[in-house]
Amino acid sequence: MNMTTLPLLQQLVLVLAAIVLFLSFVLLAQTRLISAIHAFAWQGALVAAVTSVVAATGQVPHLYFSAALTLALKAILIPWMLHRLVRRLQLERHTESLQSPTLVTMAAVALVIFSYWLVLPMIQAELTFTRNIVAVSLAVVLIGLLMMVFRTQAVAQVLGFMSMENGLFLAAVSATGGMPLVVELGVAFDVLVAMVLFGVFFLQIRESIDSLDVDRLNRLSETPGETRTEGQ
Amino acid sequence: MDHYLTLPGWGIAFVQSFLYIALAPLLVGWVRKVKARLQNRRGAPLLQAYRDLYKLLAKEVRVAHTASPLFRAAPYIVFTATWMAAATVPLLVVDLPTAAIADIIVLVGLLALARVFLALAGMDVGTAFGGMGASREMMIGALAEPAMLMAVFTLTMTAHSTNLSSVIDQHLADGFMLRPSYLFALGGLVLVAIAETGRIPVDNPTTHLELTMIHEAMLLEYSGRHLAMMEWAAQIKLLLYGTLIANVFLPWGIGRGVSAAALGLGLAAVLAKLAVLGVALAVGETVLAKMRIFRAPAFLNLALLLSLLGLLSHVILEVGA
Amino acid sequence: MTMETALALAGLAVVLALTSAAVSLLAKRVPATLRTVATPLLGLAGLAALAAGLAALVLGGSIQTTLPLGLPWLPWHIRLDALAGFFLLLIGVVTCAVGLYGPAYVRGFEHSEDSLTALGGFSGLFVTGMLMVVLADDAFLFMVAWELMSLSSYFLVAYHHEHGANRRAAFLYLLMAHVGGLMILLAYGVLAAFGTGFSFNELRVAQLPPMWAGVAFTLAFVGFGMKAGLVPLHAWLPAAHPVAPSHISALMSGVMLKVAVYGFIRVVFDLIGEFPWQWGVAVLSIGSVSALYGVLAAMMQSDLKRLLAYSSVENLGIIFIGLGLSLLFLSTGFRALGALAFVAALYHCLNHAVFKGLLFLGAGAILHSTHERDLDQMGGLLRRKPWTGLFFLVGVLSISALPPFNGFVSEWLTFQAALQAWQLESGVLRSIVPIVSAVLALTGALVAATFVKVYGVAFLGQARSRHVRRARRGPWGMQAGQGWLAVLCLLLGAFPTWAIQLIDAVPREVLGSGLPQAGTHGWLWLTPVSAQTASYSGPLVVLMLAGIGLTAFWGLNHLWARGAPVRWVRRGDAWDCGFAPPSPRMQYTATAFAQPIRRIFGLLFTIDESVTEQEDGTTRHRLKIGDRFWGWLYLPIADAVESAAKRVVRLQSGSVRVYLGWTLATLVGLLWIIT
Repeated sequence: MNMTTLPLLQQLVLVLAAIVLFLSFVLLAQTRLISAIHAFAWQGALVAAVTSVVAATGQVPHLYFSAALTLALKAILIPWMLHRLVRRLQLERHTESLQSPTLVTMAAVALVIFSYWLVLPMIQAELTFTRNIVAVSLAVVLIGLLMMVFRTQAVAQVLGFMSMENGLFLAAVSATGGMPLVVELGVAFDVLVAMVLFGVFFLQIRESIDSLDVDRLNRLSETPGETRTEGQ
Repeated sequence: MDHYLTLPGWGIAFVQSFLYIALAPLLVGWVRKVKARLQNRRGAPLLQAYRDLYKLLAKEVRVAHTASPLFRAAPYIVFTATWMAAATVPLLVVDLPTAAIADIIVLVGLLALARVFLALAGMDVGTAFGGMGASREMMIGALAEPAMLMAVFTLTMTAHSTNLSSVIDQHLADGFMLRPSYLFALGGLVLVAIAETGRIPVDNPTTHLELTMIHEAMLLEYSGRHLAMMEWAAQIKLLLYGTLIANVFLPWGIGRGVSAAALGLGLAAVLAKLAVLGVALAVGETVLAKMRIFRAPAFLNLALLLSLLGLLSHVILEVGA
Repeated sequence: MTMETALALAGLAVVLALTSAAVSLLAKRVPATLRTVATPLLGLAGLAALAAGLAALVLGGSIQTTLPLGLPWLPWHIRLDALAGFFLLLIGVVTCAVGLYGPAYVRGFEHSEDSLTALGGFSGLFVTGMLMVVLADDAFLFMVAWELMSLSSYFLVAYHHEHGANRRAAFLYLLMAHVGGLMILLAYGVLAAFGTGFSFNELRVAQLPPMWAGVAFTLAFVGFGMKAGLVPLHAWLPAAHPVAPSHISALMSGVMLKVAVYGFIRVVFDLIGEFPWQWGVAVLSIGSVSALYGVLAAMMQSDLKRLLAYSSVENLGIIFIGLGLSLLFLSTGFRALGALAFVAALYHCLNHAVFKGLLFLGAGAILHSTHERDLDQMGGLLRRKPWTGLFFLVGVLSISALPPFNGFVSEWLTFQAALQAWQLESGVLRSIVPIVSAVLALTGALVAATFVKVYGVAFLGQARSRHVRRARRGPWGMQAGQGWLAVLCLLLGAFPTWAIQLIDAVPREVLGSGLPQAGTHGWLWLTPVSAQTASYSGPLVVLMLAGIGLTAFWGLNHLWARGAPVRWVRRGDAWDCGFAPPSPRMQYTATAFAQPIRRIFGLLFTIDESVTEQEDGTTRHRLKIGDRFWGWLYLPIADAVESAAKRVVRLQSGSVRVYLGWTLATLVGLLWIIT
């Protein structure tokens, strides 16, 4: 495929997808919780933008609806809920740095190359220009998981989870022109419910162990420790 | 290559390289003026930088007892290397012989040569501040150089050439395109430029507070014409990065071929672009605060990450399989 | 001149080196023989090797012969071709410099306890061994020469054996050299198993199944990589190189490591000849790790010679990056690009030999006049030893890959080769290769930082100790040795087109394709791929740098100065923001200079740093930096060997009859196996 032959709108899709990937890196390395939430909101907005541009270039009207849904949910509602949660938990000034940010970032770069390698057979069977984005969306998913591995703060883990969902959605849009509307609505509802559950859950563990550091939950194993925190 | 090496080409290359040393103080004066206006000050006149240089050139030089001959040679080497590096960046027109003498990797190498001599000069007198400045400068340089080269490689992967003229030609031939790789490379290069030219938030060009300075710390012992050469070299470096960003990423307006119209248009275009960049720099410096020295690696890591992503998005998104 | 003459010159070089070793036997009676006869003979041997190599490269042919020595059914095969010629040239260049430098340097040993005979004899044998490795044309002679080189250099490392640390370093070196030698022997064994004999001609036509080719490659890579000091097999190098006498360190770092590169090229590119792309990726990644780790470790050191030794690890890494790129391109069918990367690697071999030789000789000159290797005790040497200072500066600029010196050209070529990665079919390789070039860029910038530290702390500023303050300029011979290499640094940087046309004979012979396009635009322009892709003009860069710099200097100091109303230069105390004149103790030390880098990359090392308050109220800072690879690789192996030995020790009953019984069992067992 040659970039020079693409119309401008399709180039725009590629640019937006690339920025989505960049925001995944920002999420991964951002030390301030509030800024990470903002980055997540931007990522959601960009995914919505990609969706609507794909809708415009591919004449798939129902994608406009998906785009609007994503924008409302990922860019506005969930960030707002997270914001409120962080305020309630008084974590506004909370910072958390990775153990060795450079190594984690390099691991993420390796994941990008790995996902590119994975989807190469798909790209070679080239159907539409959005095929190239599949690698990016897979990378977003994997980096989200990487974030959940390396971040110890529970809210940051939720961000990782949500950005994984962003990646999946991007993959669906770029690979097949979006999921059926019913599925999309279902997923959106799931994410929303998950968010609410997370919120409740955080408040609970905060009350019981006075921290949101998930490493502190290690004591929840079956072996009897001196402080049993289960049964809340 | 032979179409570069024409007599008018050499002539214009000569004129252009002198334009670099002539315009460099003007850009600095412009940035200072805009910054002063943003801070509700009137600021020094636009041409103050020229007056400073003239004044320094006429003053006597004071050299420490403990200085070696290298101390006196360094200003000339730094100035020459920086100037030569600048001369390879197309300012008014493309396809000049200077682009054939040295490609973009040589440009980075010449800047590194200047940096090494600047750092050595800082250590020569044997003061604590000089060593501190040199150590920090080399750290920042060590992290900025790979980011710069990666950004540049992203461009050269598209143009299949490390020759700056070819890169710009390619960009002009493609017309206006939204390339994710260019976007990231631009971001990376801007961060590198800020770090390398010693601007806020990495270094403060106006500071004289001992423990926060990097570039100034190495120049502490210099005076008179030596200091003038060093300052001038720093100004050329700022102009160099400005031109690089302006002409590589937004090449429109740059002259092609040797004619008065092309030259005039090229000059007008580059002045306009640089004026805008200068304003952006001034705004950035007004809004941001200088960061701690050990935040600088994170800043440069971001630059490297941007350049890397530029490269990857070139491979993944623009070329595909 | 014909190839016969070239071969005769090479033979003369070997004979001269052997004579130098033999003459050294007299040094026990007459100490001056070492200085007046043996070392100059070594220099002449270098000159002969230089001439032979140059002739072989210019003529471009190859010549073979056999010597009536060796085994009855396997006489020693000798062959001089372009590849051998290039490495002869490389050995010759540095040995020449050592011949100029050595006489004055060994004079310092004449009054010491150590045996001069050992120094001269083993130096001669060492050079003989290296020359013969390059000339060998069968596996048997190769291994004999290889072991001669390893053993004689062991004795040179152990030369100052009165220090326990030196003995330990020498032992480690011997151990690893032997493990490496064993690997190489096995690699030849695998090749020979599928061929008809042990001469290289027979090995070359051997048809290996892919799996066995992989085994042979791995063995050769590990064996030669161990000698070349690639990470993680580098542990012996920073211990062994610094403790030898400095001119021998120059030979070891500058030349012996290149002989290992020669062996790798001979076995992989020449004998095996066909390779999958995975080998390229393996070499590329080991090369990148070595380059980055080597320079970071060098940055941490404050012992000058140890720092230089670590920097050799880094440079060998760069060479192997070039070789890895070459393997990658060749295996994917891009012959011309493979040749480009190959030439870049060879060019860097030559450049590293020249500038590392120069830097070790410089370190030796400092050691000679101050008996100091610790950077933190030096300072201000530029004013005390101006010539050494100037030549060392040239070495520093070359190794930091700064234009217009030679190190820059070879790194530029490596970058150009890496930037052609867009032609590769595989998208993954297309994205990995530029990342390797980013590692290379980071390495280059860190090298510059490291050597600014070296030069700034050792040669600039003020002397930090009494004996450094008393340093004087050295004898002319030592300066001439350094000067020769410094001039070569500039020439190889300023006229790369000629150098590449010379080197071009090697890829044409080994790979079957060269770089015809490199010099199509005349000697002024170096265009490795094509003129549109990239061009560099070494002569013009030198000319413009010198021209503009001198014009500015002359203009400001003479033309402009005429109207100056005041005195033009005045000397005074340092300004230093108006504090009291700085004392030498206030300067940044090497340790302080490296602190920011140490803080960023500290994870890669075991850093043990402590600040303790003394009883008299002063504080004491202690810093110990260890190599993490000891804990990761070497100590586990040592422990495993030790625990295995503890189990085997049960065999040792003390009774002679039991031992004889074991002997009988072994004999019977072996006889059973071979029937």
